[in-house]
Formats: sequence, structure tokens, C-alpha cells
Amino acid sequence: MQTIVAYVENKPGVLNRVASLTRRLAINIDSLTVGPTENEAIARMTLCAHTDERGAHRLEASLEKLVDVLLAENITDRSMLERDLALIKVSAGQQNRPHLMELIKVFRARVVDVAPESLIVEVSGTVDKIDGLLEVLRPFGVLEMARTGRIAMTRGNDLLRPPGAADVAPVTPAPSAT
Amino acid sequence: MKMTGAEILCETLTRLGVRHIFGYPGGAILPVYDALGKSKLHHILVRHEQGATHMADGYARATGGIGVAMATSGPGATNMVTGIATAMLDSSPVVCITGQVSSKVLGSDAFQEVDITGITMPITKYNVVVSRAEDIARTLREAFIIAQSGRPGPVLVDFTKDAQQASAEFDWDACAPKLPVKRIRNNHKQDEFDRAVELLNTAKRPVILAGRGIMLSGAMRKFEEFVRTSNIPVAMTLLGIGCFPASDPMNLGMMGMHGEAWVNTAIQEADLLIAVGMRFDDRVTGDLRTYARNARKIHIEVDRAEINKNVQVDAALVGDAGETLSRLLPHIHDGDHSPWLAHIKELKGDSAVRDIQSLPDSGHLYAAHVINDLWKVTRGEAIVVTDVGQHQMWEAQYYHHDRPRSLITSGGLGTMGFALPAAIGAKFARPDAEVWAVVGDGGFQMTSCELATIVQEKINIKIAIINNGYLGMVRQWQEFFYDKRYVATPLVAPDFVSLANAFGIRGERITSRAEVVSTIESARHTEQPVLLDFRVEQEDSVYPMVAAGAALHDMIRRPNSPLVESATEP
Ligand SMILES: Cc1cc2nc3c(=O)[nH]c(=O)nc-3n(C[C@H](O)[C@H](O)[C@H](O)COP(=O)(O)OP(=O)(O)OC[C@H]3O[C@@H](n4cnc5c(N)ncnc54)[C@H](O)[C@@H]3O)c2cc1C
Ligand SMILES: Cc1ncc(C[n+]2csc(CCOP(=O)(O)OP(=O)(O)O)c2C)c(N)n1
Ligand SMILES: [Mg+2]
Repeated sequence: MQTIVAYVENKPGVLNRVASLTRRLAINIDSLTVGPTENEAIARMTLCAHTDERGAHRLEASLEKLVDVLLAENITDRSMLERDLALIKVSAGQQNRPHLMELIKVFRARVVDVAPESLIVEVSGTVDKIDGLLEVLRPFGVLEMARTGRIAMTRGNDLLRPPGAADVAPVTPAPSAT
Repeated sequence: MKMTGAEILCETLTRLGVRHIFGYPGGAILPVYDALGKSKLHHILVRHEQGATHMADGYARATGGIGVAMATSGPGATNMVTGIATAMLDSSPVVCITGQVSSKVLGSDAFQEVDITGITMPITKYNVVVSRAEDIARTLREAFIIAQSGRPGPVLVDFTKDAQQASAEFDWDACAPKLPVKRIRNNHKQDEFDRAVELLNTAKRPVILAGRGIMLSGAMRKFEEFVRTSNIPVAMTLLGIGCFPASDPMNLGMMGMHGEAWVNTAIQEADLLIAVGMRFDDRVTGDLRTYARNARKIHIEVDRAEINKNVQVDAALVGDAGETLSRLLPHIHDGDHSPWLAHIKELKGDSAVRDIQSLPDSGHLYAAHVINDLWKVTRGEAIVVTDVGQHQMWEAQYYHHDRPRSLITSGGLGTMGFALPAAIGAKFARPDAEVWAVVGDGGFQMTSCELATIVQEKINIKIAIINNGYLGMVRQWQEFFYDKRYVATPLVAPDFVSLANAFGIRGERITSRAEVVSTIESARHTEQPVLLDFRVEQEDSVYPMVAAGAALHDMIRRPNSPLVESATEP
């Protein structure tokens, strides 16, 4: 699995270009998330794809060739955080509810909706964690699930900022008042 | 100043330095045509919009500037698709302007509405719909920058009819391009650069692979300096031809599927390949697993996505060819590769005997003879625009180009029908040059309607049809790989001389070798267009040939015939 982060122009058609590119390269996208950044003209994408290092290089370099893509970077091998968020509607009768609550607690998930016959569980974390929770919930009956797909960020001073936004220096100590 | 969108469009093109537009009108672009009539722009009425894009492409390739094509919405725009893809695959800076239905009805299947930006997304470098008059100038200026910067390519701008009709304030300074701020990667990593220098200075059997990127970079001088300093022989891609003189002793000739045998052998024996502005196309490498197995590889290339795409390289220098060569030059020692050069010369001697040029004159008319004579008579100084097929390969083998941009041909897409319109475009770009379209009897019939454009515009280009009665290149594949089952390749053609005459163009038929030189001479000495119908050997094949997917050294050679045994070295 390869993870690529891209900054793109926040305008119609850009997602289409990115999707069209992956189709042309015959790369299967596992998840693709797009969201705003602190600059409203720029959006941030996280692309996770099932491909090898070579495919990822092609994808990254080809993405960066698109006029609307400001930067694309494969961060798979960097120290980074990945997060996925899921809403899982699980069937929950009176008798198995306590057991369910126990498991949800262990996974540090939250119950965000309670209905007579079901619960909605919200869980965020790594894909593995969510898959793990899903595994244990399955026997109870998973009625519905929605996942956001992964977002990723490199750790610490390894900053990935849109070009032109470099005015925030990574580790400037606050100017001390004299 | 208040102007209509259509007027702004024409004014912007004029200010961008455009002088010629190849196009075809229709309802959705009519406001622009009306404004064109009042401008100084020269519009060339084509006979098919595919022709417009090829003309713009030929125009761009002949000069290095931008070619502009124009069409109406719907069928006008879709007719451009083949020409756009042709420009895309060969990185040619063409700007296509299309009309579009009014923004109020976009998406409603209005009359002649087609989603041309959707259709051309994968075959343009960039495309965009403009639906407001005030965005026209800025978007066009951006389109011109995008088409020509970095790795060039076609850009399509689709103007809705209401944008053309509306009025807006026109202020050149206020509509400056606002392209997104992109990251510039510093790609010359020092260790990679050092490795390249080390490889260059220690190689014993190096070969330079020269591609079209050298031309696109305008790096011909630097490149020559690089060859002189390093003393490394040069092999050309089809599209690289002309970037280094064919007559230079260091130029080995073309590589690849129909490359010279000694060139391919040298590549397979090399210990270092230096690829400059070429993209290791599959026609160039043959089977990748057996490609240049003993060679380390350096890739000088502006497009990062080309690095390690087909061939894994040892040092990638991403950047403009000219700049990169300039950086390398001070570090290169004078190379002495005389044993290696002597070895290649030996390889060459062996191949030359099989060469059709060295056949005694048997009265047969071979395409190779025609093209070689064309080269001699024009002293290699013409711009030759070829179509796609056997004649294209013979042109590459037997017309020796000493100048950049003097061979114009569709390499990546291999688009039949390219030659005639592209030659027209080239003539507009270089009115003083002698321009020859060399075209097969098949491809000529795809765009021959443009003969009327030649007549209407009163331009003087020469057309040489290499008429073998077949879709020759496909027939050759059927001969080699399908037991000579010539399905759908024998080709009936009209009498091309009469056809030319019907358009008001002089035509001549040539059936024997003795007539070739004199007919070409006489064609050159008229100021009118001339069409020459060369009736050549019907079942001749292009040699050598590396079958698709075969190893580069595994070449099908011209069979030894009695004629070949009596051949003499040229
Ligand atoms: C019937 C047929 C047979 C063919 N047989 C052969 C054959 O035998 N041999 C052969 O060679 N070809 C052959 N071709 C052509 C082949 O398909 C390719 O089109 C050709 O090899 C591409 O050449 P190229 O890589 O030099 O040019 P391009 O495809 O134009 O690539 C140019 C490269 O240069 C890069 N570049 C652009 N600008 C710069 C810059 N400023 N600095 C550095 N790099 C830059 C581009 O990014 C690109 O990677 C054949 C085609 C047809 C139709
Ligand atoms: C538009 C298009 N259709 C089909 C092909 C496949 N093709 C490649 S070469 C060729 C034959 C060309 O015949 P002709 O123009 O007579 O040239 P010759 O090979 O005989 O010199 C064909 C059909 C192509 N390259 N382009
Ligand atoms: Mg033919």
C-alpha cells in the first residue's frame, strides 16, 4: 500500500483529473480523501493505492505534472500518522448490549447513536484498528458502515505544506519580548 | 476598453504573437470568426478539423513556436481529437480553440453540445472551459504558457458562445496569467550528478541516445559540444533525427525497430547509455528484459514521470537537456573511445552490404531509391514531412537530416493522414523553406481533401506519394507474421495525377528509376505545388526489423538475394 499526499487547486474538475489519471495508469485506488486546507484556494488529498514503489513513483510524478496539482509526495516510507474514521451501525439487542459496550470501550470507540435495536459506533484510528473492531462487531451483525478513507500526515518537523505557503517556518521559537 | 469576448480573443492571440490560425467555422464559434475578419490574423480554412490540428502541429514542429487550431462545438471539436492526441504523444505545443454552446444550456444536450474537455482530458496537457468574457484573455495567456513550458503539449480552451458575445473590459495588465504556484523540485541531487559524471568518465563502450527533447530544449549546440568533448557516438530516435547532423561521423543513425543494425548492436553491446531527451519508447527498446543488459544508464529528461518508466536507470538527471548538459560539460574528460568506435565501424561495414542503396540499378523502382534521390537533389536541405508506414521508415533511413526540425513526423501516435496537413502547417511556419510531404498511398487518402487548402491558400509544397498499392507496413507484418495472408491491405487508389489535376495541381507519375531525379528537379523549379506519384515496388519491406517485443539484437535482415551478392560497398 502506497500513500501519496497532494495539494491541489480547490476548483471543479480537479478530482476528475486525478481519477482519470489513476484509471489511465491502471492503478487501483484504495482510498481517496479530499478536504479543505487553511487556504481556501487549496485542497489536500490523501491517496492510498495498491501498487508497488514504481507505480507509486509514476503516480506521484504524473500527479505533479497536472497543472492543478501543486505538489504530490509519496510519504509511504516516512514517519507518519494515518487515520481513518468509521461509523458502524451494529445490531444490538438488550442481552448482548453490555458485551458490545465492553468491546467498544476496549477499542476506544464511541457510541454516537442509540436505537432500540441498534447502535452507531464511531471509531477513528489506523485502518488496522478499525478493521479489528469491525472483526469483533461482525458476529453481532453489522447493518451499515461508512468510512472516510485515510488521511495522512508526516510527523514532527517533516512539514508538507503547499508551495507558496512557506512563510511559516518549521521551528521558529516565539520571539522573546525584551 | 469595452470589447466583446470574441474581440478580446482575437486581440489576445494577436498580442501573443499568433499570425496564423488553422480552422473551420460553425455556429458556436461564429462570433470569433466575425471578430477574426476584423483582425490581422490570417485564418486558413481547412477541409477537415483533423487537418487543422495537424497543420497547427506541423507549424509548431517546424519552428518550436505554438500552432493554433480552431473549430466549432460538437463535431468540429470531436474531429480534432486525433490531431490533439498526435500532438500529445510527441509533446507538441498546439493550442486548440473550440466554440461551445451557451453556458446557460451547458449539460442539457443542446444542439452540437459535446463535453470536449471531458473527451480530451487524457490527451491534452491541460484543458478548460471559459464561460465569461472577462476570463478569456487571462485563460488564453495561461494556455500559451502551459503549452510551451516544461514538457510541451497541446492545450484546449473551450469558449461558450455567450462568453464570446458578452462584453468585458479589456486591460492587458489586469489579465496577466495567474498560474498556480507549483513546487519546483530541485532534482539535481548531487550524488546522482556525481554518479553520472563518474559513469561518463569511466565508460569504455558508451552510446548516447539522442531524442526529440534536445530539439524541444533548443540544446543542439550544447549537445554537439557534449559529443565533441566526450567523444561518444550518437544514436538517434526517430523524433531525435536532425538534432545532430546525420553527416557527422559520430552520428551512427537511427536506433530501434527499424534502426540500423549496427546501431542496435552497439546499444546491446554498450556499457553505458546516455539518454538525452528521449523516452525509451517500445519501438526503441524492443523487449525490455534483454535491452542493453550490460549497460549502465544515465537519463537526462525534463519529465520526472519518464524516469524509470520503461528502463531502470542508474543516474537520473531531471531537468532541461541544455541546462543539464551545461552543468555536466565542465566535469567531462576528453574521452578516447577509439577501439569502441573502430568496432562499431566494423559492424557497420557488414550491414552496409545488405543495404538496398548498394544494389546495382536493376530498373526496379524502390522507395529507398526515391527517397535517397530526393535527399541528393534537395541537398538534404528540405523540410520533409512524412506520413506513417514503410515510407516513413525509409525516409528516416535514406534522407539524411543535418538540421533540426527538418524531419516532421508522427512518432508516438503514428497517425496516418498526418503528412499533408502537417506539411501545409510547416510551410506557413517556414515560408522560405522547401517543404516536401512524403506520404503513402494509404495515408494520403485519409486527408487528401487538404489539397484544396493548398490551392485556396496558394502555397507551394511538393508531395511525393510512395505508391506501393498496399497498406505497406501492415502488409509487411502480414508477410512476416501472418504467412502472407494479405487481409485488407491491398489498396485501390484513384489516379493520383488526375486527382491532383482535378484540384488544379500539377501531377506526374514516375515508374522507373531513370525518371526520379529529373522529375524531382523539375518539381522543385516550379513555384507551384506539385504532386509526384511514385509507383514503387509493391512488396518491398523495411529492413532491418526488430519484431514487436523481440530483443533489440534479434533483427530480421534483408534476405540475401542474387542482387545482394553482387552488391558493392557504398
Ligand atoms: C511505424 C513506426 C515505426 C517506428 N519505428 C521507430 C524506430 O525504429 N526507432 C525509433 O526511434 N522510433 C520509431 N518510431 C517512433 C517511436 O514510436 C517514438 O515516437 C520515438 O521513438 C520517440 O522519440 P523520442 O523519445 O526522442 O521523442 P518523444 O517521444 O517526443 O520524447 C521526448 C522526450 O524528451 C523529453 N523532453 C522534452 N523537453 C525536454 C527538455 N527541454 N529537456 C529534456 N528532455 C525533454 C520529453 O519529456 C520526452 O520524454 C516509430 C514510429 C512509427 C509510427
Ligand atoms: C489512422 C491510422 N490507422 C491505421 C494505422 C495502422 N497503420 C500503420 S502503417 C499502415 C499502412 C500505411 O500504408 P500507406 O499509407 O500506404 O504507407 P506504406 O506503409 O505503404 O508506405 C497502417 C494501416 C495507423 N498508423 N493510423
Ligand atoms: Mg502504401
